[in-house]
Amino acid sequence: MFETKLYDIPDADIAWCPGCGNFGIINELKTALAQLEFEPHRVVLVSGIGQAAKMPQYVKVNMFNGLHGRSLPAAVAIKMVNPELTVIAESGDGCTYGEGGNHFIHTIRKNPDITNIVHDNQIYGLTKGQASPTTARGQITSLQFDGVYVDPFNPIAVAVALDASFVVRTFSGNFDLTVELIKMAINHKGYALIDILQPCVTFNKVNTYQWYRDNTYILPDNYDPTDRQQAFKIATDTSKLALGVIYKNPNKPVFEEQLAPYKTDKTPIAYRNLK
Amino acid sequence: MTDENVSKTSEVSIVLSGAAGQGIQAVEHILTRVAKGSGFHIFATKEYMSRVRGGNNSTSIRISERPVHSYTDRIDILVLLSDNALERLRPRISKDTIILGEGRYVGKEPNSISVNFEEIAESFGNKIYENSVSIGVLSGIIGADGDVLVKNISDYFAKKSQEVVKANVNAAIRGYELGRTLGLKYNIKPSEDVKAQLLMNGAEAVARGAIAGGCNFISSYPMSPATTVFTELSRLSNNYGILIDQAEDEIAATNMAIAAWYAGARAIVSTSGGGFALMTEAISLSGMIETPIVVHLGQRPGPATGLPTRTEQGDLNLVLYAGHGDFPRIIYAPGNLKEAYQLAARAFNVADKYQVPVFVLTDQYFLDSFYNVEEMPQVNVERYIVKTDENYRRYEVTEDGISPRGIPGYGTGVVRVDSDEHDEYGHITESAQVRKIMVDKRLRKEKLISQDSVPPTLYGNPDYEYLVVAWGSTQENIKEALQKLGNDKVALLHFSQVYPVPPVAKEYFDKAKKVIFIEQNARGHFADLVRLTFAIDTSNRILKYDGSEFSVEEIVEALSQEVK
Repeated sequence: MFETKLYDIPDADIAWCPGCGNFGIINELKTALAQLEFEPHRVVLVSGIGQAAKMPQYVKVNMFNGLHGRSLPAAVAIKMVNPELTVIAESGDGCTYGEGGNHFIHTIRKNPDITNIVHDNQIYGLTKGQASPTTARGQITSLQFDGVYVDPFNPIAVAVALDASFVVRTFSGNFDLTVELIKMAINHKGYALIDILQPCVTFNKVNTYQWYRDNTYILPDNYDPTDRQQAFKIATDTSKLALGVIYKNPNKPVFEEQLAPYKTDKTPIAYRNLK
Repeated sequence: MTDENVSKTSEVSIVLSGAAGQGIQAVEHILTRVAKGSGFHIFATKEYMSRVRGGNNSTSIRISERPVHSYTDRIDILVLLSDNALERLRPRISKDTIILGEGRYVGKEPNSISVNFEEIAESFGNKIYENSVSIGVLSGIIGADGDVLVKNISDYFAKKSQEVVKANVNAAIRGYELGRTLGLKYNIKPSEDVKAQLLMNGAEAVARGAIAGGCNFISSYPMSPATTVFTELSRLSNNYGILIDQAEDEIAATNMAIAAWYAGARAIVSTSGGGFALMTEAISLSGMIETPIVVHLGQRPGPATGLPTRTEQGDLNLVLYAGHGDFPRIIYAPGNLKEAYQLAARAFNVADKYQVPVFVLTDQYFLDSFYNVEEMPQVNVERYIVKTDENYRRYEVTEDGISPRGIPGYGTGVVRVDSDEHDEYGHITESAQVRKIMVDKRLRKEKLISQDSVPPTLYGNPDYEYLVVAWGSTQENIKEALQKLGNDKVALLHFSQVYPVPPVAKEYFDKAKKVIFIEQNARGHFADLVRLTFAIDTSNRILKYDGSEFSVEEIVEALSQEVK
């Protein structure tokens, strides 16, 4: 295994609050990359905007830090042009499920071989505490003074409904589980969603480290993630949140492999006309 | 060449008018190929309603012994294919117009010839062969080569049964024989050169030019009239190795195209004004991360949904100012098919070189019009990607503002681009000093871009007094109008690069006694831009914005008021 410091950015001025769940995720991500022995120049981290989307600023790999909500289209295109790269789209719940909701749906339909890490802290951090698409109904926020009066978005249920090829939920506070799941998601051939539950210690006083410990459970070893009906049941049961590989469909065609230039020649478009 | 030099029998303007879904397009397709195959120059353009059935659509076809690249109001032969096919065209009908069609369509119109297309078709077994009869009749009238007619009809129906092919061919031959006897004899001199030429429309010229410029990626969302460029690239994707994606929306399409360039592709999006409005945030991203994008924008009249199938040059201001913040951009607006091909190719080279968004502005009229062209000129693909090493800095500050552009996976460096203000490594910063350095670096590229402008083209007497100024698709119509006007004191200055306004243009303006702008929009977007650039008087403006292109006759009439 590589050393995680291979991915360190020297003197990075980190913009996260002390105790932020993002610190757990950055360590888990670097550990997963190191264990998979990915050279930095073979990996692209694509992000949108938000506190989670600052992740690539602090990880020394290729970075495409684009626009709010648009990490997925950018990641899909990069994978199309260079299927040899490991492409990870990483952003928050607001960026991915709110501003980028349409892309979330259609990227699942396409099934490109990318990993989509979503930091799900159920609140807007960078804009200071407004409700996110995953904030619980009734929760009082810096903007929703009378509490949120819409139902939360359920990314896992939507992904299962769309027959996403790999659907994972984990909790940033569980290091070993999260590293293992990130590695599995990266190794999965096709689109992989990893929704990472993560506390926002400054703006979300409801979904704390303790709350996540109390309200999640790890799927048992005998759970069959290829059973879609069961997966949908698990996904829609929000009384307690399941962690692990909730659903997978290993039989879906991979988007970029079907495209015209790759039918007879696997050379990435990116390398075809270099001097 | 003035109009008087063109013999009335050496050119014919035919208009087909009917309902949507009735086969006008098939008649246009085959007739133009028969004419070209017979050695005649052709030009065709269509106007149609935003519907799939019914209504009234028309196609105007000019067939001539000299090259024709422009639209005339004049109709020599009007072919009616349905009821209500006449009234919308009434203003274009003169005492010399011959009206051809089924008796019940032509009614009691003066100068009309009733032809029983349907009856002839039925004599070969089916009413649906009537389009073949029409093609035959018109081929006979123009004196087309009968063998070429037979070949084109056979080719068109090649996928049908032998029986159907034969019936259509026979119906066409009967029509041809009839056409020769109607007393409408044209004497168009054929040219061997024309037979070998290509028929191409604006959309094909843009798409082919893009491929010539190394385009290997298109992500777009369908929108009239720009879809045809997308379709053409998709049709050719297997031959040329082009990555295609019909994105979920224009926002995705544009972010994809920029990310595709980042990863090493040469990408384009094709859209119209409404779609482009959704793309503007990403255009700003391209400016900030200095990652190129090529945008083809086929204009149609707005605001909002406007007139979806009609034409306008109303999006120049949108493209000029699209995207928040200050960053360089380049805007081309080809005036003919050759320019469209060359500029579409060039767009990829300059996008790669200067790492900026580059626009190719066309419009519905331009995209849907076609004519015969000689082989397109050779263009070179220029590539600027560098191999990176561990010390690579994506935004290295350089004297000319251009930082060598690496791509991920090529070399051992990491390529880090950031929509936030960033330092040389691409890392987020709020340093006021770095901010200023980076803004200056990005804008410094404008000097080279401006020097690298495509100069405007002067048509007519270089010692002009009146300078007509135009951009984009109006070029050919104005050129013919100036020939008709026959006033040696008037010349045309046509811009196929509208931004940056090429600095050399100032000399042309300074020489003119009077400058007259012709634009297909309600305000005069380019005239405003020229005034902003050179601080000169641009108040003489001939503007049209009813959704149809300027005809040669309209331009002649409007200019007659402006020049003495």
